[in-house]
Amino acid sequence: MNCLNIYRSAKSKRLATVFAVVVAGLGLAGCNYEGGDPRVQIGADPVLPAVQQYLLPPIRIARPAFWGNDTPKVAQGLQIHALATGFQHPRSVYVLPNGDVLVVESNGPKAPVFRPKDLITGVVQGFAGAKAPDANRITLLRDTKGDGVPELRTVFLDHLNSPFGVALIGHNLYVANTDAIVRYPYEDGQTSITDKGTKLTDLPGGPIDHHWTKALLASPDGTKLYVGVGSNSNISENGMEAERERAAIWEVDVATGAHRIYASGVRNPTGLQWEPETGKLWAIANERDEIGPDLVPDYLTSVKDGGFYGWPYSYYGQHLDPRVMPQRPDLVSKAIKPDYALSSHVAPLGLAMYTGSALPTQYHGGAFVSEHGSWDRTPLNGYKVVFVPFSSGTPSGVAQDVVTGFLDENDHARGRPVGLAVDRTGALLIADDVGDTVWRVSSALNSTASRSGS
Amino acid sequence: MTHIDVAETNFRPVAQSSNRVAGVKPIHRILAPFPVAYFAAALATDLAYWRTAEVMWERFSVWLIAGGLVMSAFVALAAVVDLAFARQRPAWTRALGYTAAVLLSIVNVLVHSRDAYTAVVPAGVTLSVIVVAILLVYSVTAGWTLTDRRHGARS
Repeated sequence: MNCLNIYRSAKSKRLATVFAVVVAGLGLAGCNYEGGDPRVQIGADPVLPAVQQYLLPPIRIARPAFWGNDTPKVAQGLQIHALATGFQHPRSVYVLPNGDVLVVESNGPKAPVFRPKDLITGVVQGFAGAKAPDANRITLLRDTKGDGVPELRTVFLDHLNSPFGVALIGHNLYVANTDAIVRYPYEDGQTSITDKGTKLTDLPGGPIDHHWTKALLASPDGTKLYVGVGSNSNISENGMEAERERAAIWEVDVATGAHRIYASGVRNPTGLQWEPETGKLWAIANERDEIGPDLVPDYLTSVKDGGFYGWPYSYYGQHLDPRVMPQRPDLVSKAIKPDYALSSHVAPLGLAMYTGSALPTQYHGGAFVSEHGSWDRTPLNGYKVVFVPFSSGTPSGVAQDVVTGFLDENDHARGRPVGLAVDRTGALLIADDVGDTVWRVSSALNSTASRSGS
Repeated sequence: MTHIDVAETNFRPVAQSSNRVAGVKPIHRILAPFPVAYFAAALATDLAYWRTAEVMWERFSVWLIAGGLVMSAFVALAAVVDLAFARQRPAWTRALGYTAAVLLSIVNVLVHSRDAYTAVVPAGVTLSVIVVAILLVYSVTAGWTLTDRRHGARS
């Protein structure tokens, strides 16, 4: 805006014309890139357009709105209601063997300012409702009757450090803070933990901590923990030394805390799950920004031991990212193409492989994926929970919308879905970190879930 | 906004006095070299980034260009004061050259706000070279002024 003064003061029509042309040029360069139909980017072979680079990076956030008495919409045969409300930025949900539901209320640490751009990013995130204070706690909900109305709500574990992943192995509860995995003793039925806990291992945390969430999954035999460790930047702009052991899935030995990199080149892996038929590890990943509304599709993929998935050097196999220097052709040549694209900028942050039988039959065998929603794409993309059918351990069809209505008619976000879990009764739980609610999706025919979507 | 107040209160007496005292220099002339120094330093750090791909240099560049733009705003304000109160008229060629360099630097700060290598190579460093070239020609030929004294101002 300061530059306006120059031209007004100069009282020159010529200069005003130059200025108008430049502004118009910036507008064309920065604002008029519209994303295409996301459906061509869902599945095994997404259409990948050419890389675009911007003068003004596209920012298109959904301002928060309130649910009031409204709820998200569900597909036919399902019903939804709030399991509980009034949380503080709930990011993930975890179901204990006795049916108790743990709700992780968490937000990331404050991002440092390295460039003028970071000042603007902070303001924009505030508009999107992503700057809620970090509660750093886990709340327990107990619904003994399984009717979706918890009788008990307690603070289960407090004073954590940006927690996200939770995993129970026997009587040890592991919590993945942003900078460490901590082990707590847990007795069946316990409703709060006061033990200080024991650190199992450090995880890559601050001071940058760009992707702060650390997803956690225990191996079936209880000897290993798998940890999703996101990258420390969009596309290596903080330097590769900041990316040490990041953009990777760690395998941590439960007995010793020692770790190795199980897979790498995954920009922000979350939603670690075992595929029930094959026993393979699957994950969802948030791909890179600022090279176009339809680049790069976020994905759902099986994770191969020792696999490299491209970040930052390439995407979807061998598609080079021109922003990374020096390049690594040796790594690019072995980059694995992910299994299933979810379309661009949907921001998948929750994955639940469905093994229950309480939901209608079309959901037997497949994965629910929550799409937190785009912030840099026009039109908005995501803001829903989809179901990807699986057969023989691989995706076998197009993702179907299961829970929608997170955006209102003005494209304001009443909620944004994050972590997913399946409760003891086979209902799907959804953490909503803008609506500050945990939603429960059950079969419309299931009489035990008596409250309908109200 | 506070900067504007400061500029006005500090400079108005000087400007007013120039009506009476012959030979008082226009005040924007004091500030005009600052953006040149910032943008030239950004060119140096751009070249360093180009050779090393060390992110520290890219961060220096983008802050230097942003700082140069902030200083350009002060130059513009001072030039307004000079035109209004110091009996100056625009020196079109030099003012346009300087303005073009500032406009290119606005584009350049956006290019530099991209992530990683293409924030600088090739577009960013190219723009930095062009900006510095324009400003050096201006500074060598014009003695840091964007205005001339009005004819009526001759004592």
